[in-house]
Amino acid sequence: MDTLETVVRLVWLLGAAGFVFGLMRMNSPATARNGNLVSAGGMALAVGGTAVLLLLNGNVSATGWIIILIGIAVGGGLGLYTARTVQMTAMPQLVSLFNAVGGGAAALIAIDDYLRIAGLGQTLPLDIQIATVLDVVIGCITFTGSLIASGKLQGLIPGKPILIPGGRIITVALAAVAVIGAGYLFVTGETNVAVLFAIIAAGLIFGVTMVLPIGGADMPVVISLLNSFTGTAVAMAGFVIDNTVLIIAGALVGASGAILTKLMADAMNRSVVNIMIGGFGGGEGTQTAVTGAGGSVRSVNADDVAIQLAYASHVIIVPGYGLAVAQAQHGVRELAELLEARGVDVKYAIHPVAGRMPGHMNVLLAEANVPYPQLKEMDDINPEFERADVALVVGANDVTNPAARHPGSPVSGMPILDVDHAKSIVVIKRSMGRGYAGIDNELYTNPKTGMYFADAKQGLADLIAAVKAV
Amino acid sequence: MSAELLAALTVFVLAILCGFAVISKVPATLHTPLMSGANSIHGIVLVGSMLIAASASDPLSQILSLVAVAFATMNVVGGYVVTDRMLQMFRKKPVAAKATAPAASADDAKA
Repeated sequence: MDTLETVVRLVWLLGAAGFVFGLMRMNSPATARNGNLVSAGGMALAVGGTAVLLLLNGNVSATGWIIILIGIAVGGGLGLYTARTVQMTAMPQLVSLFNAVGGGAAALIAIDDYLRIAGLGQTLPLDIQIATVLDVVIGCITFTGSLIASGKLQGLIPGKPILIPGGRIITVALAAVAVIGAGYLFVTGETNVAVLFAIIAAGLIFGVTMVLPIGGADMPVVISLLNSFTGTAVAMAGFVIDNTVLIIAGALVGASGAILTKLMADAMNRSVVNIMIGGFGGGEGTQTAVTGAGGSVRSVNADDVAIQLAYASHVIIVPGYGLAVAQAQHGVRELAELLEARGVDVKYAIHPVAGRMPGHMNVLLAEANVPYPQLKEMDDINPEFERADVALVVGANDVTNPAARHPGSPVSGMPILDVDHAKSIVVIKRSMGRGYAGIDNELYTNPKTGMYFADAKQGLADLIAAVKAV
Repeated sequence: MSAELLAALTVFVLAILCGFAVISKVPATLHTPLMSGANSIHGIVLVGSMLIAASASDPLSQILSLVAVAFATMNVVGGYVVTDRMLQMFRKKPVAAKATAPAASADDAKA
């Protein structure tokens, strides 16, 4: 190893340290932004160091530089543009898209390396073969899987679970192709491009068949799992091209993604395995069993609600994805400020999976300048519902469904906000339509509940006007 | 097992443990930004993509590495920018009445 390579490797190490330190700083809201910058700085060091290495090594062709510069310009431009322009509500699918391309790049590294070795008529040692196959399989699954997940959240692909006829057999067949192909390569030790392409195809199709049967509500867990997969694929790519910084960063993300996936699944009281397998298996028979004691729905208008709110002393606002979709977070903040000016105590109850991902609702409300201390996590706010005069549910559905407390419902066992414990409940909702889980919400037929049928944004605007008039 | 592989495996395992230790302390409210932040970190694959692009000699390899570099850069740039956009909103703001926050930064009402 010459001096230059030694220095660059040390710079890579520094970059890796930046990633670890950056993640540590993301522990608290106060230092999180700085942590992301530290992590970005580590990335700049690692990429810059690589550029210097290539520049001073002197054996990169003009074509090589053109490829690198065009690639960076195109990818960087697309990344910058989409990241700058995306609506905050559409952010989970964008993260999924970035995850897809990361996984794709990781797979391409191993594929390119393999084709080169095959072209030279050489063979690879077993450990590199294993890393190559793992990188290709995981990278391909992540690539198509994340694209499907992104498409589902964007509404390009129906969010409902799509059951593929014979899906289970297809899954087994694909797994068999990958395992037999890998086994053949490992045992014979030959460099066989046809077998590699069979493995690539199996991985790509598996990504599709794995995610398609999973319902939209479970997508955050799936994206997080795929994020972890990408990290692992990148670490494998590091083994293939013998690069430590890829191994460190990939393993870090692999571990973080795994933890995050488990935390998300826990928040919904489901196991990761259950979510992944659930899509493959039945899932049909359980749907219809629910619906409680029927009961009629009480409809209210803006003036009724305004009076209720204005003369309340404790109000808890329960924001959900409907609020995000309607871009009503500014309206809800305005209403809350108006009520506070009248001496009403206003808090926000944030379900762990409100919005589309854990913490997503906090991001949306922070965007609307809602003060941080008013946002209460589920466990903190649940005991307070009993004291609340009004619980105002804006575009939230499944996370408030009392059906989750008793068995026999698809949402059974999911932790919910105890909205029905409030003295009275107002639900702003466009229609009696069902939520992501596709079931009826008993809360709406509760005698304490008034349904205020409106688009979240328009409904809040009318409410604000009505409260001002009280 | 070669010494290099052993060293690489050591790094791999320790980095996994490091990831567990660092991540498990992050509060739930930061999970989405964290996921996005971790997502940008695996953009490190850009380093690998640049290295294979530099030594690409045949057209197929050149195309593959071009796609890899573009994909990886999109992952890096997009990932960090969108994470920063999210975290930018977590600044404590001097909001009327309830002045729990010490209000460090000025309230730029970017509505």
